[in-house]
Amino acid sequence: MQDLLYFCQQLINGLTIGSTYALIAIGYTMVYGIIGMINFAHGEIYMIGAYTALIAITGLATLGIAWLPLVLLIALICAVIVSSSMGWAVERVAYRPVRGRHRLIPLISAIGMSIFLQNYVHLSQGSRNIGFPALIEGGFQFGGDESFQLSISWIQITIFVTTFICMSALSLFISRSRIGRACRAVSQDLGMANLLGIDTNRIISATFVIGAALAAVAGLLLGMYYGSVDPLFGFIAGLKAFTAAVLGGIGSIPGAMLGGLILGIAEAMTSGYLSGEYKDVISFSLLILILLFKPTGLLGKPEVEKI
Amino acid sequence: MVAHNFRHALFCAVITLIIAWPIMGLKLTAVGTNITVAGADSFTWIAVAVAAAIVFAFQLFRDHIMGNLSGVAALNPLANREPLPDEKRLRLENIGLVLLIAIALIWPFFVSRGAVDLATLVLIYIMLALGLNVVVGLAGLLDLGYVASYAVGAYTFALLSNYWGISFWMALPIGALLAALFGLVLGFPVLRLRGDYLAIVTLGFGEIIRILLNNWTSVTGGPNGIGGIPDPTLFGMEFGRRVKEEGNTSFHETFGIAYASEHKVIFLYLIALVLAVITAFVIRRLMRMPVGRSWEALREDEIAARSLGLSRTGVKLSAFTIGAFFAGFAGTVFASKQGFISPESFVFLESAIILAIVVLGGMGSQIGVILAAIAVTILPELAREFSEYRMLIFGAAMVLMMVWRPQGLMPMRRRHIKLKAGA
Repeated sequence: MQDLLYFCQQLINGLTIGSTYALIAIGYTMVYGIIGMINFAHGEIYMIGAYTALIAITGLATLGIAWLPLVLLIALICAVIVSSSMGWAVERVAYRPVRGRHRLIPLISAIGMSIFLQNYVHLSQGSRNIGFPALIEGGFQFGGDESFQLSISWIQITIFVTTFICMSALSLFISRSRIGRACRAVSQDLGMANLLGIDTNRIISATFVIGAALAAVAGLLLGMYYGSVDPLFGFIAGLKAFTAAVLGGIGSIPGAMLGGLILGIAEAMTSGYLSGEYKDVISFSLLILILLFKPTGLLGKPEVEKI
Repeated sequence: MVAHNFRHALFCAVITLIIAWPIMGLKLTAVGTNITVAGADSFTWIAVAVAAAIVFAFQLFRDHIMGNLSGVAALNPLANREPLPDEKRLRLENIGLVLLIAIALIWPFFVSRGAVDLATLVLIYIMLALGLNVVVGLAGLLDLGYVASYAVGAYTFALLSNYWGISFWMALPIGALLAALFGLVLGFPVLRLRGDYLAIVTLGFGEIIRILLNNWTSVTGGPNGIGGIPDPTLFGMEFGRRVKEEGNTSFHETFGIAYASEHKVIFLYLIALVLAVITAFVIRRLMRMPVGRSWEALREDEIAARSLGLSRTGVKLSAFTIGAFFAGFAGTVFASKQGFISPESFVFLESAIILAIVVLGGMGSQIGVILAAIAVTILPELAREFSEYRMLIFGAAMVLMMVWRPQGLMPMRRRHIKLKAGA
């Protein structure tokens, strides 16, 4: 009974982290699906989202606004606006001019952008990690005896609910809206979509903006969950989310959701049963194994190499 | 058109404000457990406003500016010159190289200790960059975990000397060979992967190595690292004030000169110089050999190269192995120079810096890579007050290079024949 409870606890922790990975992974997978490049700077956009949310929360506290839903809403809106603008600007400055060149060139440009953004925040906000106030406290305890109880905190519930809402909204947007339809068309065949009168540049920008907005949501949620932010925290999270995207099959949106959850659970199980230090090793090993044995991921389409 | 340009320019300026103002203009500070947010000084505000104004003006007159800029490139008279004939070039290069090496041999005896120390670091980076140049520049395999081979070299020497008392000269080939073996082992699984996947997998390998070094405390000392790494000896002569190891003599006593701490630094510099010259020479030869040609062939077109009978496995593995071998060299020298190593020195950023050197210098071009290594290592030292902006500038430089000059500052040139117009 105790063991089962412990297992359930790890499962819940894993699902919490995994759903935020899924949110970030959407950005990677949509961009890859459309222009076939790894947006290495996506993790930094997520980090900037977290910083902006923290700045907004602190600013509101200084102004004396303390009604929680309002604070969260304003923080969320600020983070989404700043991150989306950043996503748009990054695409414009670093990726659009190199689009269509040799595969390595956009990737190196993206690595440069990632280093630039990390240091941009590092220089303007300092390198120390800054505590994120615990806005949502408390939770439920279940079953067990004094030695171990299953606990679900409100923040975990918030993360689940927010992720669920975002994912549903995204699915609706992609399947129903005009832009969503154009997105799907562009990801199938960019050149053809262009011929048919779709403004592909705008659609690509839109993809970056959507990805960045979801990353900003993840930034706010994970900032609250971990309780601190620092300029480097986007890098690892970005790699994890990329792993999730590859795991689910890069280019596929449901794949990113599935991959995120699987990766989160794998990590939580590692830290629960082995050691917290090795959870990064597990996710990188998972990434390597998938790329070696099933490069298309769980739900991805096989890519045919044309000569 | 004008109205459209104006709207677009206004939009870009607003975006600039949005991305610059909250992060730069509002600074978070932690006071105990409380966090406060404060506006930055007026200088930052002005900088943000000026940046937005510049973006606005640039976007408004974009067509004019870009039109004028394209004329600038044609002003460079050297851009389209023919490569020199082979004999003439070889003679010039040989004279240049001999002069360069002679100067490099002599100058440390006339400058300060700090300068020689820095020069040793430059030489280490030159070795690393030349090695990575084989993998990225010649074979076109983007390796983001290159620092792992460097770490293997450094940790091999540190561990061998720590546990078995093995000297620098024994550890140098062992470290390089182990690093090469590591490159080979890493190369095997990633052979089938395409460009960008390969980059991510090598990055993952690099991180795994670093995490293992960090957590395998019983062997590697974890984050505390390994200290007390011995200095290299010259035929059993030590460079310390007193002899540490039995059977060795000390350098200053043997030659009857006064003890000076510079001797050790200069000796290490000379070792690094010799190794760097060997690295450059070997790779230069390899580039002319069939294996070097096949690296480039595979980079240019994998399918075509394979259908001409090149073995993808052999070619890629040789690039990985040779690149890693020289990283092992560099790692051993680095461990000896520092006398102390920890996982801190082998983070992803280090891989990114070496990659930036290769990219800035011009992928595939040896001279370019060497000059870039010198520039990237020395410039931050010269401009100390800007040293915290170093990485910011690096990142921006990588992006700008990819946008404007993806072939690098001194691209690899090869002989070619151009058809004359009207011929």
